[in-house]
Amino acid sequence: MAYALQQLINGLTLGMIYGLIAVGYTMVYGIVGMINFAHGDIFMIGAFLSLIALTGLAAIGITSVPLALAITLLFAAAIAALYGWTVERIAYRPLRGSFRLAPLISAIGMSILLQNFAQVSQGARVKPMAPLIEGHISLFPDADFTTQISAMQIAIVITTLLVLGVFTWLVTRTPLGRAMRACEQDLKMAGLLGIDTDQTISLTFVIGAALAAVAGLMFLLYYGAIDFYIGFIAGVKAFTAAVLGGIGSLPGAVLGGLTIGLIETFWSAYFTVEYKDVAAFSILVVVLIFMPSGLLGRADVEKV
Amino acid sequence: MSAVSAGAAALRDAFLSALVALGLFGAMIGLKTEVGPTSLVLVPRPWAVAIAVAVVFAGRLALLTWRAWRPAGTPSPRRLVTAGARAGRFVAPLLLVFAITLPAYAGRYWIDLGILVLTYVMLGWGLTIVVGLAGLLDLGYVAFYAVGAYSYALLAQNFGLGFWTCLPLAGLLAACWGLILGFPVLRLRGDYLAIVTLAFGEIIRIVLLNWVSLTNGPQGISGIPRPTLFGLTFTMDGGPGSVADFFGVEPDISQRVIFLYYVIFGLALLTNWVSLRLRRLPLGRAWEALREDEVACRALGINVTTTKLTAFAIGACFGGFAGAFFATRQAFISPESFTFMESATVLAIVVLGGLGSQLGVALAALVMIGGTELFREFAEYRMLIFGAALVVMMILRPRGLVSGRTPSVSLGSSRQISADLISQGRG
Repeated sequence: MAYALQQLINGLTLGMIYGLIAVGYTMVYGIVGMINFAHGDIFMIGAFLSLIALTGLAAIGITSVPLALAITLLFAAAIAALYGWTVERIAYRPLRGSFRLAPLISAIGMSILLQNFAQVSQGARVKPMAPLIEGHISLFPDADFTTQISAMQIAIVITTLLVLGVFTWLVTRTPLGRAMRACEQDLKMAGLLGIDTDQTISLTFVIGAALAAVAGLMFLLYYGAIDFYIGFIAGVKAFTAAVLGGIGSLPGAVLGGLTIGLIETFWSAYFTVEYKDVAAFSILVVVLIFMPSGLLGRADVEKV
Repeated sequence: MSAVSAGAAALRDAFLSALVALGLFGAMIGLKTEVGPTSLVLVPRPWAVAIAVAVVFAGRLALLTWRAWRPAGTPSPRRLVTAGARAGRFVAPLLLVFAITLPAYAGRYWIDLGILVLTYVMLGWGLTIVVGLAGLLDLGYVAFYAVGAYSYALLAQNFGLGFWTCLPLAGLLAACWGLILGFPVLRLRGDYLAIVTLAFGEIIRIVLLNWVSLTNGPQGISGIPRPTLFGLTFTMDGGPGSVADFFGVEPDISQRVIFLYYVIFGLALLTNWVSLRLRRLPLGRAWEALREDEVACRALGINVTTTKLTAFAIGACFGGFAGAFFATRQAFISPESFTFMESATVLAIVVLGGLGSQLGVALAALVMIGGTELFREFAEYRMLIFGAALVVMMILRPRGLVSGRTPSVSLGSSRQISADLISQGRG
């Protein structure tokens, strides 16, 4: 029982990270209708930026952990947002309104480009980092298996919830969020009603990239090591999460992320760790067979 | 706008681009993380950032200048299409003659490169059936390539079968996997289909990586037998039963390379010929109709299930053939060779070629595979350039290199139409 609880905690932490990335996928898909393949690599860039910031802050002698984390979070989110903006501007905007596969190939090209950019500029070796936050809380210490919640996990969950809270407020309560939701429903109509659609799409990419950078920081803190290839695997899983939750649905993305995180952790704990990705993908296939529009997605009504 | 103010605007724009570049590259290039003795250390590289920013500034300025001075107006699509059709009539036979005669005058390096390009041409033609004709977006095509390669390697190792026996078997097995993938995804469309096929490709790779007792895991399978010419082997000692002994010539490594070259050339032509013939059959027309409008297909009584499944199976079958060839050519395979990158490359070739154009696939493979090979000296920048080239080519030619289509069926004489008129793969 305690063992299962431990896995639940681990799975939720991992799922939070996937959920943060999945939100970026689902937002872009909802508005532009394309798979932003480069999103996973923006997440990777965000992780690298966090690593650079944390190392730099330690070097200039800022030892207060909350302060260092806050500065890193803002720095990584800001620069990653710039990456998101640039990627959209260079690779996707010229192809808007073109046929469906052109932006997809362009996105794959961008993903390869970013991945190799990180490899060339930061080196191909795995970068380890000393754990920043130590300590943990033990639950039920008398049982035969002690459940532990590390301070790191608490920090990850709290930060993610805070960021998601701000994001939800942004989408549901601000003019920008209203514009985004309008564009998601009908891009052309939104344009006719005076919404600057180009700007809204740009901002969507910017917000998605910032969230991905937060996820990158969380990933770095949780695993303590990154390399230039993490973006692909995390990206595919986060996209799986977005599809699982019903692509285009923001709560669905978080729910899908949590589901994937839980499946992965429980499979690793009770079966084989090698096949955890197979388990996640198989669940995706099974869900899509029985619910083709995902857990929370709207069913497509085909008009003839 | 006067020339001076236009120049000032261009300068301002370039300056802003340089500022963005400074933001992008400042940390990523300027501060390199190195694994130090106790912890990570940052190595500052201000000059690298300065160069990168300067390149962006100059590049943006050059682009703006070129845009300002370029002759106004773009040629009409129709003119482009007819010009393309006229050129296509010469380009295709020329390419064919070039491909046939290549081993006569090229060195070993070029023939090896030719084999690589032809493998991708064949994969591209195979994937064209799925993506270009039936309009099913497949991001996991490499799975069938892997199935073909491992089928041949395992059959040859465990049962001692030769290449020519295994080739059809590899194709058959890959086709079976095509059906296995096809069944669950029948109801899915568009991007849902894309992600499931991607997941399928990853599943196959993970299984190959972890099923060590069968596939030898990450170490891969080595010592895969080479193909024979009607039972004659290409051994270096020139003993009895070898090609060199039979024809009474000196054994030479290039004989095998040339033989492999013609094998893949033949296989690629077979793929091309079969798909061209299939397009004229009711089945091929059903594929194209499915690509254009699935609902209309159902209404017209086309069996969507079998149509989709045959597209998956036949496309997979050619992927399997190519995989078996890859295994015999390399004599060594490991899961490393079957990553998503391969699927992406093949799909990029198909889309870049113009989705459905056979000639386009050949040209795109030549440009992308041959082109990146030219950058081999800059090894670590090669994939960087590959990625950038994908983006640039998509922006310049979103419809691909060959953007004209000859309809498979037409009333009266068939005329080239612009690819913009074809919906191509909504799901």
